[in-house]
Amino acid sequence: MSETNMKPRVGFFDFTGCEGDQLQVINLEDELLKLVEIVDIVSFREATSAHSDDYHIAFVEGSIATDHDAERLKDIRSNAETVVALGSCASIAGINAVRNGQDFETVTERVYGDDAGTIDAWEEAKPASAVIDVEYEIPGCPIDQDEFLRVVTALVRGREPTLPTYPVCLECKLNENTCAFLRDDVCLGPVTRGGCDAVCVSEGTRCWGCRGLIDNPNENAAFDVLEAHGLSVSEVTDFYDMYFGWQRREEVTQ
Amino acid sequence: MTEIQIQDELVTRVEGHGNIVVNVENGDLETCEWQVVESPRFFESMFVGKDYEAVPHMTSRICGICSASHVDASLKAVEDAIGVSVTDQTERLRKLALNAEIIQSHVLHLGYLVLPDLLDSKSVIPLADTHEDEVKTVIRLHECGNELLETVAGRSVHSQRLIPGGFSKLPTEAELSEVRKDLKAATEDLEAVTALVEELASELPHFERETEYISLTHPEEYALYEGTLYSSDRGNLGETPYEDVVNEYVTEQSTAKFAKHARDSYFVGALARVNNNYEQLSDRGKAIAERFALEPLCTNPYLNTVAQLVELGHLFETSIDFIDGLLEEGLDPQSDYHSPDINPEDGRGVGLLEAPRGLLIHDYQFEDGRCQEANSVIPTNQNHGNIQQDMEALVPTILEAPEAQIERDLEMLVRAYDPCISCSTHYLDVEFVDSTE
Repeated sequence: MSETNMKPRVGFFDFTGCEGDQLQVINLEDELLKLVEIVDIVSFREATSAHSDDYHIAFVEGSIATDHDAERLKDIRSNAETVVALGSCASIAGINAVRNGQDFETVTERVYGDDAGTIDAWEEAKPASAVIDVEYEIPGCPIDQDEFLRVVTALVRGREPTLPTYPVCLECKLNENTCAFLRDDVCLGPVTRGGCDAVCVSEGTRCWGCRGLIDNPNENAAFDVLEAHGLSVSEVTDFYDMYFGWQRREEVTQ
Repeated sequence: MTEIQIQDELVTRVEGHGNIVVNVENGDLETCEWQVVESPRFFESMFVGKDYEAVPHMTSRICGICSASHVDASLKAVEDAIGVSVTDQTERLRKLALNAEIIQSHVLHLGYLVLPDLLDSKSVIPLADTHEDEVKTVIRLHECGNELLETVAGRSVHSQRLIPGGFSKLPTEAELSEVRKDLKAATEDLEAVTALVEELASELPHFERETEYISLTHPEEYALYEGTLYSSDRGNLGETPYEDVVNEYVTEQSTAKFAKHARDSYFVGALARVNNNYEQLSDRGKAIAERFALEPLCTNPYLNTVAQLVELGHLFETSIDFIDGLLEEGLDPQSDYHSPDINPEDGRGVGLLEAPRGLLIHDYQFEDGRCQEANSVIPTNQNHGNIQQDMEALVPTILEAPEAQIERDLEMLVRAYDPCISCSTHYLDVEFVDSTE
C-alpha cells in the first residue's frame, strides 16, 4: 500500500462452498463495524451490491471446481496484492474433496441421473492454491472468528499472519477435556492443526480434522491408535478423508 | 423505449450465484431468464458409504446460513432410516435450534439484504453512518438469534451438539434463562424494525401473481419442525410421498432443475407458510401481519419479506414458550460427552422440515450403519421456477419504466425469495445468453 493513511481495500469472494465463512464474518456483528474502521470492504456479495475490482486483499471462500471458478479466481489474483484462502474448502479443499476419491462418472450419475452428461465440473474439487498463488490460509469449517480478526489485523499492520503449528490436542488439554480415546471414541485431534480451541471436543463430540493436517504429522502413529480403538483400515481412511483428502493425496504425489 | 438489455452479473446480496438476463428488442420481450451459476457440490454422492454420524456432520456443510436446518432434517432422516427414537426433550431442543436459525436467517435477509434496497443504499455498511440506530437494532436482533442457536447447538454455524439420538451436550438451565431474557428484551428491537419496515413498505413493488404455495402443516402447531405436506391449491396432501409433490424437471431455458406440482411452478418459504398456516401463528405474529394487512391468500412475492417479519414475531414468542416449558419440567441430566447407544437397522428414512427458505427434504437409504443412497431437495431449487414465472409476468408490465427501475425491481424480486443458491444441490450446465450481441 503506497499511501500510508489509506485504509486497505478488501474484497470477499465465494466459490464452491457453503458461504458459512462469510457468515462468520457477518456474525462478528459489532466487531464488523469496528473492522470497517480499519479496512474498506469494496466487494462482499453476500452483504453488499457495491463492487469494485480495486482491492489490496482478497479473501476467497470455497473450493475451485469449474473452469468458471478458475477464471474468476485468476482475475482476483491479478487484481489483489494479497490473496487469503478463507475456510477449509479454499485452504485444503475441505469436505468437497470427499468426492475426489469417488469415480466421477458415478458421482455425476448419482446426483443428476440421466442429465449427468450435461454437468460441467472438474473431476476434482481443489483448494485455491492449486490454481493460483495464495499468500495466507485461514482453515476451519467454519473459520474461527478470532483467528480471522488476528489475520486481518496483522495484514493491516504489515505483519506476517501465522497459524498455530501445534495440534488440537494441546488446546483440548488446556480446556481440561476428557480425551476422546479415553471414552472409547475416536478423534483426529492428534494430527489436526490447532487454533480452534478444541471447540468440537469441548461441545461433547470429537475432532473431525476440519483445520487440516499439522505440519509433519505422525500419521502412522495416529493410524495405529485409531486401529487400536477398533477402526478398520478403511474406516480410518474414511475418517481421515473427511477433511484431509486433498492434503493426503498431495503428500503421496510429492 | 424500444431496446433494453439488462444483464446483472451475479445478483448481489443473495446467498449464492445467480444472473438475471432480460433482453427487449423493438418493445418485444426476447429473453427473460433467471440463471443460476453455482458449481455443483455433489453431496448426495459424498454421503454414499459414510456412517450415520458422518452424514449429518456433512449435511451441515451444504449451507452455512441454514446449517442447523440441514442437520435437523438430516437427523430426522437418519433416525427414521436406522430405527432410532428420540426423547421429547431432544425434539423440543431441536425445535428451539430451528427457531433460532430461522430468526438469524430472517434478520440477516431483512436487515442486511433487503433493508438497503428500501433505504436506497448499496449495503448495510454505509447505513451504519446514515442510520446508525437502525443498523444497531438489526445487529442486536441478529445476535439474539445466534445467541439462542449457540446456547442450544454449541455454535451458530455448523453446530456440533446435534447428533443422532440426541445431544452431545445440553445447555444449562442458567444458560436457557439467560437467553430467555435476551429474547424478551428483543421485543423492543423487533418493534423498531417492524415500524421501520412499515414506514418503508410502500417501496415494495405492487405485483400480484397467483401461484401454488406449498409448506408443511400440523394439526397442533405452526408447522416448522414437523408436519405433512400442504398445498394452497389442493389442501392437505396427507401421506402423499414427497416425490409426487416435488416434481423436479429440466427446462430448456434454464440451468437449474425446476419443480412443479399443481401448476407450472410453486412457492416455498415464509409466505407459503403464512398463507397456509396463518391461523396457527402466535398472537405477536398475527399482530404484525395485521399491521401490513397481510392475510391469506397473499399473492405478492415481494411480501415474502413481510411474511418473514411476521414469522419473527411468532418465533420470538414461541421460543420463549419452548424455554419456559423446558425450565418448568427441568432438563433431564445426561453424562458429559453424551454418546447415545445406537444399534442401526437397515432401511430408508425421510426427514421433512421447514428451513428458513422453505420445505427441506433429506432422504437416505442405510445398510449396516452406512448410507447407500441419498436424495436432498432444497428450498431454493423449488422456488426457481416460480421466480422465472414471476419475471415473465412482471417484465412486460414495467417495460415503460426507466431501465434502472426495471433492474432494481427484478433484483428485489429475486432477493424477496431469499434464494440460498449455495445450498442447492441440483444444477445443470450453464449457457450464457449474450444479450449484448
